[in-house]
Amino acid sequence: MSELKNLKGRKVLVHDMALRDGMHAKREQISTAQMIEVATKLDDAGVPLIQVSHGAGLGGNSLQHGFAMHSNEEYWDAVVPKMKQAKISCLLIPGLGTMKELQSAYDHGVRSVHVATHCTEADTSPQHIAYARKLGMDATGFLMMSHLNDPKGLATQGKLMESYGAQTIYITDSAGYMLPNDVIERVRALREVLNPETEIGFHGHHNLGMGIANSIAAIEEGASRIDASVGGLGAGAGNTPLEVFVAVCDRMGIETGCDLFKLMDLTQETIFPMMDHIVRVDRSSLTLGFAGVYSTFLLHADRAGKKYGLPSRDILVELGRKKMIGGQEDMIEDTALTMAKERGLLKA
Amino acid sequence: MKKIKCAIIGPGNIGTDLIYKLKRSPVLEPVWMVGIDPTSEGLVRARDMGLKTTDKGVDGLLPHVLADEVQIAFDATSAYVHKSNSDKLNALGVLMVDLTPAAIGGLCVPPVNLETHAKAQAMNVNMISCAGQATIPMVNAVSRIQSVKYAEIIATVSSKSIGPGTRANLDEFTYTTSSAVCAVGGARTGKALVIINPADPPMIMRNTIYSLTDEAPDQDRIRESVLEMVKEVQKYVPGYRLVNGPVFDGNKVATFMEVAGLGDYLPTYAGNLDIMTAAAARTAEMFATEILAGRYQLKPVKEAA
Repeated sequence: MSELKNLKGRKVLVHDMALRDGMHAKREQISTAQMIEVATKLDDAGVPLIQVSHGAGLGGNSLQHGFAMHSNEEYWDAVVPKMKQAKISCLLIPGLGTMKELQSAYDHGVRSVHVATHCTEADTSPQHIAYARKLGMDATGFLMMSHLNDPKGLATQGKLMESYGAQTIYITDSAGYMLPNDVIERVRALREVLNPETEIGFHGHHNLGMGIANSIAAIEEGASRIDASVGGLGAGAGNTPLEVFVAVCDRMGIETGCDLFKLMDLTQETIFPMMDHIVRVDRSSLTLGFAGVYSTFLLHADRAGKKYGLPSRDILVELGRKKMIGGQEDMIEDTALTMAKERGLLKA
Repeated sequence: MKKIKCAIIGPGNIGTDLIYKLKRSPVLEPVWMVGIDPTSEGLVRARDMGLKTTDKGVDGLLPHVLADEVQIAFDATSAYVHKSNSDKLNALGVLMVDLTPAAIGGLCVPPVNLETHAKAQAMNVNMISCAGQATIPMVNAVSRIQSVKYAEIIATVSSKSIGPGTRANLDEFTYTTSSAVCAVGGARTGKALVIINPADPPMIMRNTIYSLTDEAPDQDRIRESVLEMVKEVQKYVPGYRLVNGPVFDGNKVATFMEVAGLGDYLPTYAGNLDIMTAAAARTAEMFATEILAGRYQLKPVKEAA
């Protein structure tokens, strides 16, 4: 890897994920009061974009992805009117969320959307990206599990999303598997093909502890938007922890416009006490990062493991081997059932 | 034995696979393939397989309908052009089997409600979606035993088996499938999720079906009903297989299915393609049998103003 470039004066738009990706870590159980508390403190700390919705985004309330305490609309109605400067965003995964739900998000004050597809399936997103633009929303093409496509292939997919109207293309390390060089190659490949006005973003997971390093690597190559999560509240070992990222940016002279001490206080006083389990690199989340498995599978695999008497690590490794992708949470119980039969724990 | 002559509109994956299915049918005979692109590989394939072809869309077929005795047409294009295709062909007395998510005709899942459509002498039946064909029988297998307040289906298909039309219009696919989970499956509310997996070698189509019953599930009767329904679907899709379940968790009934195709046009992983074309062919066969027996007279339908 090259020497760290001088990034002093570079501006980066940070996008907090705690109230969306963090929903996974809370089994979708965050109250509107907690949403308001976290969002107003993020707003006060100068965070410009805050994602608020079910962990799986629009249409996420389901047996597959769990039912949140409240509908997305209830969360937005609670949070949006309280914002002084921050914009609220949401996630839309085509095949799960639809344009009807995107319209509803807009009607409830959401002004930015991550339209997310698996890193090889960008052509399932044209309707949704175009619709977001028609509504006047800030539209991002979000290429999940980006480690599963090579730089050239990923660039082709990003170019497709740009052609549908996406203003930003994200490299999304859903499995927390990527290393800085993987990020650098992909940002570089995207930068080569995208129009100069199209921004590049990076969304990290901390499963190998690389969230900060990967985000800085992305910025070095020209990324201008970074997803992070205050207190690291997110799926797997969490997202890139926002307050740590901001501290590093401050040291390097990268401008985020965020108040570090306010974010530290929010983490310590609000986020940590909210956690049902300590969101950190542990045996299961490290397995995700090491095996390249979708971070959201973590708690599902723990549950299936307990139910059928299997180590959750074995289930996660098998899911990786079978190349399961984001959204296939149903296959966790299916895989556990099949493994339990093979191991004689269940009658076939 | 006399066969009913058929036209296929749309020479993509589904249309091409249909040729194979229809050629094996004792009562159906594919005679026309309709496309819009003169350079389309699908039209060349259809010609090689002995069909007449036009690249002028349905308008290119209309002048030949009566002379070539076309009585059933399969539409494998897109929801946006289906209504126009259907009106033009219905006006000439051609029965329409719709494989797009347009769903202007009755929703049909053969083991659940084909007989009803045949008795009603419908002129347009809709095949919902591959996900609908693969999952709705399982919803119905539960709802025919006891009431289901909510059903949710998750279909995972291989990337290689999903064509550009479906990809560009994914919402129509989910809307149509969700509504059919209720209308045909018998659940009071329903939701459909679709996932496209690019693994190589391609994965076989997988489907998970969750049904929430109002009362505690009658496990023995539901298990029996599920196994019975699997056999019914296997009559036209031999690769329809129960992998795990039914698993009972409170009032939630889960079945985990796999659908392997016959490998006619695409390899066996594309069970989604097979279950759609096989269901459409089975539907057309039921109508053809009625027509051949003189019980069903196709009549021209005046276009609605």
